[in-house]
Amino acid sequence: MTSGQVVVVGAGLGGLRAAESLRGAGYDGHIVIVGDEPHRPYNRPPLSKEALAGGVSVEQLEFRRKASIDDVEWRLGSPVVSSDLTAQTVTLADGSVLPFDGLVVASGIRPRALPIPGPEKGRYFLRTAQDAAGVREYLVPGARVVIMGAGFIGCEVAATAVGLGATVHVVALDEEPMIRPLGRELGAGMRRRHEAKGVTFHLGHTISEFLGEDHVVGARLDDGTVLNADVVIEAVGSVANTEWLEGNGLDLSDGLLVDDGMRVIDAPCPMVAVGDLARHPNALFPGPARRIEHWNMPTETGKRAGATLGAILSGQEPATAPFTAMPSFWSDQYKHKVQSFGMPGIANRITLVDGDVDGPCIVEYLDDTGLVGVVGIDRTSELAPYRARLLERARG
Amino acid sequence: MVTINVDMDKCQHYGQCCFEAEDVFHLDDDGKLKYTKEVGDDRLADVESAADVCPMQAISFELS
Ligand SMILES: Cc1cc2nc3c(=O)[nH]c(=O)nc-3n(C[C@H](O)[C@H](O)[C@H](O)COP(=O)(O)OP(=O)(O)OC[C@H]3O[C@@H](n4cnc5c(N)ncnc54)[C@H](O)[C@@H]3O)c2cc1C
Ligand code: SF4
Repeated sequence: MTSGQVVVVGAGLGGLRAAESLRGAGYDGHIVIVGDEPHRPYNRPPLSKEALAGGVSVEQLEFRRKASIDDVEWRLGSPVVSSDLTAQTVTLADGSVLPFDGLVVASGIRPRALPIPGPEKGRYFLRTAQDAAGVREYLVPGARVVIMGAGFIGCEVAATAVGLGATVHVVALDEEPMIRPLGRELGAGMRRRHEAKGVTFHLGHTISEFLGEDHVVGARLDDGTVLNADVVIEAVGSVANTEWLEGNGLDLSDGLLVDDGMRVIDAPCPMVAVGDLARHPNALFPGPARRIEHWNMPTETGKRAGATLGAILSGQEPATAPFTAMPSFWSDQYKHKVQSFGMPGIANRITLVDGDVDGPCIVEYLDDTGLVGVVGIDRTSELAPYRARLLERARG
Repeated sequence: MVTINVDMDKCQHYGQCCFEAEDVFHLDDDGKLKYTKEVGDDRLADVESAADVCPMQAISFELS
């Protein structure tokens, strides 16, 4: 019988999986999950896809929760604002102080806000159900939509908005949409798919000013071009939600650095981190520890983190096996399915192995160590052998 | 017995579930998900993992 308390900060997928896995590891103390959103953990990817198109109901997006966590205490709607890792407490915005024996950092990331002058109304980020509900209001036939950023979220919103009859402009500094993960050629292929649907790209450009008095009515680009806009969606990168950990001597420059067991490096107390903010090693891929903002990582890191924390709190040595989860990403744009395994973004060579970039295709991403990633467009069922080859990397 | 149900209105045929329990879930030659509706109790953990990794949260199961 263990006693005591674990506090999970962040009621998203990573926090949920960590709590479930902590119970799975036999921890039977009290678990409190604190979330600043008023909802139990729900699925975010639909927020730029079908839930944005069809209307957002958070209830329908909620994750199934395992019975083992029926007894956790949910503290929703009030964020953690500070922490003292030596005293082992966190403080909520409502003033309550929660002591803990073990801490799970699962507060995720938020979209990056660039300091661009102009009115605030009509400008949105897309991270939460509330954000998506706000954007949804504007997406009517004929609506003029300006999207800043040509990453996956920007491109998915473009596709969804077009599907609802909106006129869409995408402004981005990159040379091609989704260029970092996909590379230039496949990015260009995706751009042509969007252009065929009527999307206009302004690549190599940024927005220098939003126009309008109270509500945004347009955007001025760095070359002087003015785009009319009823709504603007800003999707230009992310920032980790780690401000509440300041003052504890941790390196918070890019999420939280963890070991193979998701234990936070240099933490003065039993503490693990999961999901989008965990900068973790991966023995499958060369190079430094990285944050990976893919949907499958909260589950993979959460399972590992719960087991680690469970071991520590019961006085055992946590397992030290190398972390070898396969990063996996999918994206829906129009009728097209983009699927990726591995880390295409770290490649220095890209080879089209089947099809062509304007149609169904499979693309390999390589570096000096061999295959590091694969992307398929409308070829999902054929990617398993590539994924298997990527997993072989674990054996060296 | 574990009874499995996949909501085919939600399923997007990405095949993530297949990597967790290959003998229960697979994509056919047309890329459509096919699955076994009933499996033995010993597969519960794998079916649960498959349900966890489904991006559409389309998989439900029951122990009977
Ligand atoms: C619109 C959208 C589309 C996406 N599409 C895809 C896709 O197609 N494919 C894919 O692989 N991935 C996709 N992703 C990424 C995927 O959803 C994320 O990787 C995943 O949600 C990360 O989970 P997490 O638990 O780490 O963080 P989150 O889900 O962000 O959970 C963190 C929670 O902590 C809360 N929080 C933050 N600070 C505090 C605090 N101080 N106190 C208390 N609570 C706090 C946050 O409000 C949030 O509820 C998408 C993401 C978005 C936003
Ligand atoms: S993981 Fe889910 S969406 Fe994907 S094929 Fe399996 S059931 Fe369908």
